Amino acid sequence: MAAVTAGSGAGSGAAGSPEATGGSTGGGGWRRPHGPLQRYYGPSTAEAAEAAPDPTDINGPHFDPEVFMTKVRSECPLGQLLAREAALGREIRALDSDMQTLLYENYNKFISATDTIRKMKVDFRHMEAEMDDLAANMAAISASSARVSAALQDRHRRGAQLAGVQALLRKLQALVEVPGRLRRWAGTEPARALRCHARARAVLRHYRHLPSFRAIEDESHAIMAELAQRLRARLRCETLDPKELTECVEMLLQLEEPAEELSEEFLSQAGTRLEAELAALEAELPAADPSGTATTPPPPASDILDFVDRGSSAFVGTLCQLAGSYRALFGEDAGRLEPFAAALAARYFALLERRLALERGLGDTSLLVRALDRFHRRLRALLELLPAGADAAAELVARAARERVDRYLRALQTFFLGCLGDVRQALAAPRPPGKEGPGLPDLLATLAASVLGQLKAVLAYVQLFTARDVAFASLPYFKGEFCVTAVREGLVVAFVRWLCRTARGFADGPAERGAPAAPPALLLLLARLCLDYENSTISYILTLTDEQFPPQDSGPAVTPGPALCAEARAAAQRLLDHYVQVQGAAVAQMLRKSVETRDWLGTVEPRNVRAVMKRVVEDITAIDVQVGQLFEEGVRRAQSSDSSRRAFSVYSSSRAPGRYAPSYTPSAPMDTHLLSNIQKLFSERIDIFSPVEFNKVSVLTGIIKISLKTLLECVRLRTLGRFGLQQVQVDGHYLQLYLWRFASDERVVQGLLDEVAASAAHRCLDPVPMEHSVVELICERG
Amino acid sequence: ARALTPQTAETDAIRFLVGTQSLRYDNQIHIIDFDDENNIINKNVLLHQVGEIWHISTSPADKGVLATCYNKTSDTKVMTCAAVWRMPKELESGSHESPDDSSSNTQTLELLCHLDNTAHGNMACVMWEPMGDGKKIISLADNNILMWDLQESSAKAVLSSSTALEGKGQLKFTSGRWSPHHNCTQIATANDTTVRGWDTRSMRQIYCIENAHGQLVRDLDFNPNKQYYLASCGDDCKVKFWDTRNVTEPVKTLEEHSHWVWNVRYNHSHDQLILTGSSDSRVILSNMVSISSEPFGHMVDDDELSDQEDQHQEEKIKEPLQDSVIATYEEHEDSVYAVEWSSADPWLFASLSYDGRLVINRVPRALKYHILL
Repeated sequence: MAAVTAGSGAGSGAAGSPEATGGSTGGGGWRRPHGPLQRYYGPSTAEAAEAAPDPTDINGPHFDPEVFMTKVRSECPLGQLLAREAALGREIRALDSDMQTLLYENYNKFISATDTIRKMKVDFRHMEAEMDDLAANMAAISASSARVSAALQDRHRRGAQLAGVQALLRKLQALVEVPGRLRRWAGTEPARALRCHARARAVLRHYRHLPSFRAIEDESHAIMAELAQRLRARLRCETLDPKELTECVEMLLQLEEPAEELSEEFLSQAGTRLEAELAALEAELPAADPSGTATTPPPPASDILDFVDRGSSAFVGTLCQLAGSYRALFGEDAGRLEPFAAALAARYFALLERRLALERGLGDTSLLVRALDRFHRRLRALLELLPAGADAAAELVARAARERVDRYLRALQTFFLGCLGDVRQALAAPRPPGKEGPGLPDLLATLAASVLGQLKAVLAYVQLFTARDVAFASLPYFKGEFCVTAVREGLVVAFVRWLCRTARGFADGPAERGAPAAPPALLLLLARLCLDYENSTISYILTLTDEQFPPQDSGPAVTPGPALCAEARAAAQRLLDHYVQVQGAAVAQMLRKSVETRDWLGTVEPRNVRAVMKRVVEDITAIDVQVGQLFEEGVRRAQSSDSSRRAFSVYSSSRAPGRYAPSYTPSAPMDTHLLSNIQKLFSERIDIFSPVEFNKVSVLTGIIKISLKTLLECVRLRTLGRFGLQQVQVDGHYLQLYLWRFASDERVVQGLLDEVAASAAHRCLDPVPMEHSVVELICERG
Repeated sequence: ARALTPQTAETDAIRFLVGTQSLRYDNQIHIIDFDDENNIINKNVLLHQVGEIWHISTSPADKGVLATCYNKTSDTKVMTCAAVWRMPKELESGSHESPDDSSSNTQTLELLCHLDNTAHGNMACVMWEPMGDGKKIISLADNNILMWDLQESSAKAVLSSSTALEGKGQLKFTSGRWSPHHNCTQIATANDTTVRGWDTRSMRQIYCIENAHGQLVRDLDFNPNKQYYLASCGDDCKVKFWDTRNVTEPVKTLEEHSHWVWNVRYNHSHDQLILTGSSDSRVILSNMVSISSEPFGHMVDDDELSDQEDQHQEEKIKEPLQDSVIATYEEHEDSVYAVEWSSADPWLFASLSYDGRLVINRVPRALKYHILL
């Protein structure tokens, strides 16, 4: 019965399971989690059902058939009810038959198990007796084994004793052999001998009261002493490489030689070695020439990078190694090491410096920088041992850099002079007629561009010194002072200053005292160059420099750009003034000679303008063209409308008598020129050799002023006849006609020519001026 | 007017002689007296009828004797001659009593002798022996140096020696000075851009400063206290100071003028004071302490110096002055062709310009006291 209910339970469970999931609408919220749980435990529930049938159905332990039935009945249509009933009936039948089959099989197994248990009970009784037998046997065996071991114990002890004796004997044997071994190894393998001795020494010292051991000890001592002796000898006379040296000293230390003495020996030995390396380096340098005047030394065999490489790898390496081993051997107390290393390092620096001094040419800066960089890097290791050397090394590098910068400055100067030479040549070169040579602007542009280019190139080279990948560029010196003092001041500013000075030199120089005077065109060119520098180039260069070599805020004071500009401007002014003077003097000389050599008394009536005046006008026109190529036009003072007419007022009859003569009284000569004096009082004083402005008009005005003033003074020194006066009149008119257009203020020209005419009239024996129309006619014809 | 000279032999009164230049009227020599106390100028006129005066110089020994270089003009030719003259006795020592009617009574110079130059060319200047008795004069004529002895109380001039400067081209002396040093045996001359020194005994050249100036050399003067020092000026607007023992480089160069410098003069007793006149119408007074004899005063024998100077030298060492331009005088309206220190008063000088204006100036009082005290 129980099985039947269980079977029906299981059957309804199988059928109700989908029911449960499907009837979630009808069931409460709590049933939903219960379903999966049930399924999870399903197998175990099924097993449990086999052992103890569960009366509950699949829909849960609280299955109520009444409710189920009511639900089914109310919800399902009749057809479905009938189908379900049939299905349930079928299922129940199938389950019943399954049940019966299972029950039958289980029953069979139960019977066979009962049989087996019965058989086991019989076997166990037999086995118990055999176990008792076994225990008795084991006891007998253990008793006999104890007997045997007791019998063997004595022999075993004796054996062990014998083994100990043998070990001792072997040790003794080794001790006895020590001297022999020592002797054998002392020659070839002192290190092994030392190890051997070190092992034996303690024992020997312990048993030294025994005569035989003492003998051994003494002997070994003697050997070791001898070894020490040999080592010392080796230390003294042989040239050892640092490793051997270190080993040797180490062994000696183990032999308990006095450390003081050894350290001294060590250093002297190391010194010899380092000296040798220095000497090798020195051998590469050409012999120092005390006189300093000998022919230039042959170029060094290897380049500087090579030299520094070798120096650092050989010398610095060795020094580091030795210093390291010294520390290891003699402890941290480097009291003796430091001065020693410092002295050697100083010598090394000196050598390197001499080598650097050989780098006279401009060579390859990158090579130099790399060499210095390597030097600096390699030295860093050494400097940890030797802090005092750091300054010296940095100083050395800085000095080399400065030296190089200086050399660049000189090269720049040479280059500039070369350029100037080229320009001079270009100016002096004879030009084929009809073909224009290179114009001044071209020359100026070429000169300026090439100088600027060179300067830029030099800056680029110098910048290598401060490149980021160069170790020493991070030194404070290279960050601050080098940029400002060496590069900006020492190179750029110095160059610009030098340029201005050189340019001025052309003006101030001993040009008038024999030395070949610079051609005027060159003066003009340089004046323009200086002016350009003042206007733009200097600020450009300085900006460029500041960009490439940023100055430190706290750095030393720098020369401000405006100061340089002022210098350049002063130079330009000086040059231009000089140009005016030179050109003016040339024209003036021509005029002076023409006035002085002519016989003004006996001259004939003027028919022409004198050739020299034409020449003057030609020259001034040429100068005008020349200046016009480089300088701007400049400002002209407003012209009076009657400019051409005013020129002849001097000769007009209304003024001439008043100025010259009839009123002259012997008693009052000072009143003679009262009129002209009054006129002068109101006119501006003319400075003849005065500074000019940077434009064409001003330059030409200066030249014209100089020329005309010369004419005036020369005329005053002569005595003229009537025709002489007329000739001067013609010349003056001619000049007036052609020169006014060049001058900034035609009144200046006018005033000077007036004075020339007045003076000529005064210096004339028979002052009869020429008819103005005739003068005009002659001039127009000329 | 170009010719100006102090009356060298006069040491009491401040007196200058000025020669006029006029082609069409009679030329004159004006004797200008300056009364320092009353600031009054007196003028006496002497007629000089032979021609316009280019150069004038007075005898260092006789107040009444002077020499002129003048142009003699004929229709076709101009010839510069030189002559020695004597002025009327009453004018020798000035004429303070008649300032008003000076213009009315013009007197004539008495011709003592004529320096015959027919064979030598135009006379550029006449120099008297500075420390002498007024018997020796040297004149420069074209390229000749002529030395004359005046005999029979200057009534006769005998050519004692002469030499000529040879060279290519037409060489012409422009000016010259007689050195007061070396027992008056040296003169210096200028021609073109060159300055030459001559020994008057042998009439040989003793030194030559080639290219002393960039252009023509206009004038020279010897330092009265330092025997080897010489000043020159010229058309390059510069004044240069030379040590005649080393003629390659000037000791000092001044560039203050803006046109030709026609005249340079050392002060007779304080040789740091340099006067220059230029055709830029300016007169410049410079103080050249660094190359004067003053800073080295202690090397001079104290006995030779007056107390005044002695005192001043001590002061000098205490507060040295810098080389500087003391003053620029711009009273002239035309080119200044001559400047001269007074022979009587070391603090007074005159300058003469082309238009005939004569200006008398004093050294600034402050500087004067600075030098004296």
